[in-house]
Amino acid sequence: MSRTVWREYMPAIVVAVAALVLWEAAVRGFQIERFLLPAPSAIVTNFIENFERLVHIGWFTTKEALGGFFIGCSLGILAAFITARWVAVNEAILPFAIAANSVPILAFAPIVNNWFGVDNPLSKMIIVAVIVFFPVMINTIRGLTLVDKNALELMHSYAASEVEILWKLRTPNALPYIFNAFKIAAALSMIGAVVSEYFGGNRSALGVFITQEAALFRFENAWSAIIIACIVGITFYLIIVAVERAVIPWYFEQRKAERH
Amino acid sequence: MTNTPTVSLKNVTKIFNPGQPNEVTALKNINLDIWPHEFVSLVGPSGCGKSTLLRLIADLTQPTEGTVQVNGKSAYRARIEQDYGIVFQSPTLYEWRTVAKNVELPLELMKYGRAERRERARKMLQLVELEGFENHHPWQLSGGMQQRVSIARALAFDPALLLMDEPFGALDEMTRERMNLELQNIWDRTGATIVFVTHSIPEAVFLSNRVVMLSPRPGCIAEIVDIDLPMPRAWEVREDPHYFELVNHLRDTLREIEGGMRE
Ligand SMILES: Nc1ncnc2c1ncn2[C@@H]1O[C@H](COP(=O)(O)OP(=O)(O)O)[C@@H](O)[C@H]1O
Ligand SMILES: [Mg+2]
Repeated sequence: MSRTVWREYMPAIVVAVAALVLWEAAVRGFQIERFLLPAPSAIVTNFIENFERLVHIGWFTTKEALGGFFIGCSLGILAAFITARWVAVNEAILPFAIAANSVPILAFAPIVNNWFGVDNPLSKMIIVAVIVFFPVMINTIRGLTLVDKNALELMHSYAASEVEILWKLRTPNALPYIFNAFKIAAALSMIGAVVSEYFGGNRSALGVFITQEAALFRFENAWSAIIIACIVGITFYLIIVAVERAVIPWYFEQRKAERH
Repeated sequence: MTNTPTVSLKNVTKIFNPGQPNEVTALKNINLDIWPHEFVSLVGPSGCGKSTLLRLIADLTQPTEGTVQVNGKSAYRARIEQDYGIVFQSPTLYEWRTVAKNVELPLELMKYGRAERRERARKMLQLVELEGFENHHPWQLSGGMQQRVSIARALAFDPALLLMDEPFGALDEMTRERMNLELQNIWDRTGATIVFVTHSIPEAVFLSNRVVMLSPRPGCIAEIVDIDLPMPRAWEVREDPHYFELVNHLRDTLREIEGGMRE
């Protein structure tokens, strides 16, 4: 078990270590100025020194990301299920949802900040929720409608009602799509929260901290904050993968079986 | 009782996309009665309307003209009252369900109690010789086993009519032969009426009471052949001279039809 895990992740670890070594060597060898790129060792030292403060501001932004994630995902799934009742409506909505999804919603961040108050975490949650809403809705609609034709005919042969078809066929069919959307949404929600904080916000928010420290030439501080953002993002993603494995184990086992 | 056919098609015509440039007359003026506990096979070149005919009986598509009756009522009523079980060419199992849960699916929809569902699934899986696989998932089974699960599922609620659309088309020769014997066995034990689509004439002759040969464009009945070999049939029937005669006769008919298609 641990051997296969090791074999699976070893290439990634090797690449990461090699990149860090190269980075450190390049900064030292070419004497790169620290405002351009600090050495990994300098960032790590800074990270350890400021750990408590970083956790504090990291948690502040994580709460915004989580809030936006839950609001956006719930509404996205809800919208998909409501429209899924009418497959034709659903298919008509999809192109609009895809178009809306390509609108750079982050551009609205300063406006939303004004609406709800720059210091109010709610303004960030709303930005995140809107960003997350569309991919979740689109993927859920796809999962509910891209159903095997025979699987659907089988239901018709049993004279199953639309509600029964929704629960016993469309929903299980959509679960892998929904979890995929959650993974996309997890990444987007952290990006959305941090970047909308770039346009102003509470002093103890990650995005605000990064812009201020960078403006004051305290680049190691900014880099440490970025590391915190990365750690949160990756943790978020891994939690979703774990939940996915618990909820739809058949999906993984099947794909594993197909690979062999 | 026996004077009501299980399936009765009267002057059935099916036109897809009528009035449009891609209009297809899939079936024209079909008349066919299938009687209780008959095993009837539909054969013919591909595209001659075999699947369409089966789907008309199943009320998964409706005739443009004519009437389809099942057990003396409309095909629609028969579908609503779950008078038939259907098996497609692909097993069409739900991968999120275990084997037993797949067999239980129609029973859940028909509001059978949990204990009865379990019991029936167990019995059906025994019938198709898959006991011990209840908790497996579909992808853990071979193609032949998956198709057996889908047969168990079709039989789970004791339908008097079983509709099968090339159920063994995707299986290798050995598995197919075994499945033929097994299906005959099931037919014998359940007393069901079976309408069976296949492109294999030997398979049709081996299994059936009657073989219906369809010809295409538009799909109509070219010939109905009574298979007067004694039932039940052992595998050795395939060495019987009369069996050969019937197979060869149907092959000649098919060749004539296909010759006509090329002209
Ligand atoms: N849903 C459909 N729409 C349009 N044409 C169809 C449809 N289903 C079948 N057909 C046409 O009807 C004819 C008979 O098809 P089918 O019943 O599938 O034949 P078979 O099962 O004998 O191969 C073919 O010409 C096919 O193209
Ligand atoms: Mg067909």
